Amino acid sequence: MKLTSKEIEIAEILEKNARISDEDIAKMIEEDLEETKKMITKLEELNIVVRYTSIVDWSKVEGHEGVTAMIDVKVTPKRGVGFDDVAQRIYRFKEVKSLYLMSGAYDLSVVIEGKSMNEVARFVSEKLSTLDSVISTTTHFILKQYKHDGTIFEPTDTDKRIVVSP
Amino acid sequence: MNQTKSYIAQKVEEMKPSGIRRFFDLASGMEGVISLGVGEPDFVTSWSAREAAILSLEQGYTSYTANPGLLELREEIANYMNKRFTVSYKPSSEIIVTVGASQAIDIALRAILNPGEEVIVVEPCFVSYAPLVTLAGGNPIPVQSLKENDFKIQPEQLENLINKNTKAIMICSPNNPTGSTLSKEELSAIISVAEQHDLLIISDEIYAELCYDEEYTSTAAIEGAWERTILISGFSKGFAMTGWRLGFVCAPEDLIQAMLKIHQYSLMCAPTMAQYAGLEALRSGENDVVEMRKSYRRRRNFIVQSLNDMGLTCHLPGGAFYAFPDITATKMSSEQFAEKLLKEAKVAVVPGSVFGESGEGHVRCSYATSLEQLQEAMKRIKLFVEKYS
Repeated sequence: MKLTSKEIEIAEILEKNARISDEDIAKMIEEDLEETKKMITKLEELNIVVRYTSIVDWSKVEGHEGVTAMIDVKVTPKRGVGFDDVAQRIYRFKEVKSLYLMSGAYDLSVVIEGKSMNEVARFVSEKLSTLDSVISTTTHFILKQYKHDGTIFEPTDTDKRIVVSP
Repeated sequence: MNQTKSYIAQKVEEMKPSGIRRFFDLASGMEGVISLGVGEPDFVTSWSAREAAILSLEQGYTSYTANPGLLELREEIANYMNKRFTVSYKPSSEIIVTVGASQAIDIALRAILNPGEEVIVVEPCFVSYAPLVTLAGGNPIPVQSLKENDFKIQPEQLENLINKNTKAIMICSPNNPTGSTLSKEELSAIISVAEQHDLLIISDEIYAELCYDEEYTSTAAIEGAWERTILISGFSKGFAMTGWRLGFVCAPEDLIQAMLKIHQYSLMCAPTMAQYAGLEALRSGENDVVEMRKSYRRRRNFIVQSLNDMGLTCHLPGGAFYAFPDITATKMSSEQFAEKLLKEAKVAVVPGSVFGESGEGHVRCSYATSLEQLQEAMKRIKLFVEKYS
């Protein structure tokens, strides 16, 4: 899909801050409000802007339970459909947060979220490794999140500039 | 002690302290101020450049470099200037690495001025030009770029001021504080005047990387200009490296060699670790610059449109990170406006008058601050303006 430079700019702005108002976007791209709204709708309809979401630091919330694991999965691709078929079988599980086809030592990288290590372990042993095409799995649990999608969770960079300068 | 005479040199005694200083003092003590008064990027120097400086320290590169700077760095600067702005300078003899662009301006002026010679300084401009001309023994001759010309100087304005003592014309594009950026044609017209009267051009190109609508034209890239141009630039704005104090000057060999004498006697060389950081910034910083430029451009559009919407008319500045709105609708002087705005709305801006006579009636709003802060600042200024106009 070929987009105009303004449409690309809108996508970039929304990717950084989904809550920014249409009015402010219009100002930033030097476009009138109605045109801007149309372009945003177009991006949504084309599923280029897929969903508006937030980055939440759940580790700050008391009583919140949850673990994230990244699982390296080796699979046998199927004739005709390659990896897509097994990928689909995997990403349909709601526990799967992300799924990527990788180059290198394994084929699929699966990100799983669960309430406990046990829950993730059960998912891997009962659901993932039992799939026909899956040859092996290696599970890595995430211990601490420092940076996600370009956002540093505990930023230490405060503005160190003097208030007025030439 | 019985002091009957002043120990302070007369020209320093007579020099007015920068008008910015007062606002700094006013704003510094206050809580909750959003500052649009800052003349430096809100980005921190890229990690790769910072890391290169750390590595240079770890490896013990803590001694002087050659007077004009590390040859490697000068080669990289020559390369960068050629690739980016199509100007060519020899690393061995036509470039000096300086302590910020400010020092480059200082040595350039000291190298060229005999007592009483004049430098035409296009205002509104960076606060240090005229004082540096005075300190170098020359006379600064201010000329006002005007609002109705989008703060671009007109060649005939220069013509009127030129006499037998005129030595150089000092320009800055993109400009601090107006953001005005001269096109190739507009620069050519200024150069024709300089050629006609055999004058030097001191071209402060520190904001060259921050140009948003057109490709930047360097003064030295214009036909006939190279021989008479002292090109000043640096790492502060484009590479977000203000605190490193790293700049450079490019000019024909005879001028550079004259500047080098002053540089070697007064400073030896620019700080070594900063030079290593600069080297890395040139080698790997291109993507960072592109990202910064994109971000500034959006913020510029946002702030200029917002200011115009609230009745503070503002031309669209082609570069730098300043908007320069007209505040005369509030019937206040720029100084009064800035002071009241700070006290009542807690937004710091700089009165245009500190940058020269024609800056009066305007304030400088830096948009080198996060979009969230800009949004809040615009809300506050809007309420303020509604109250007073």
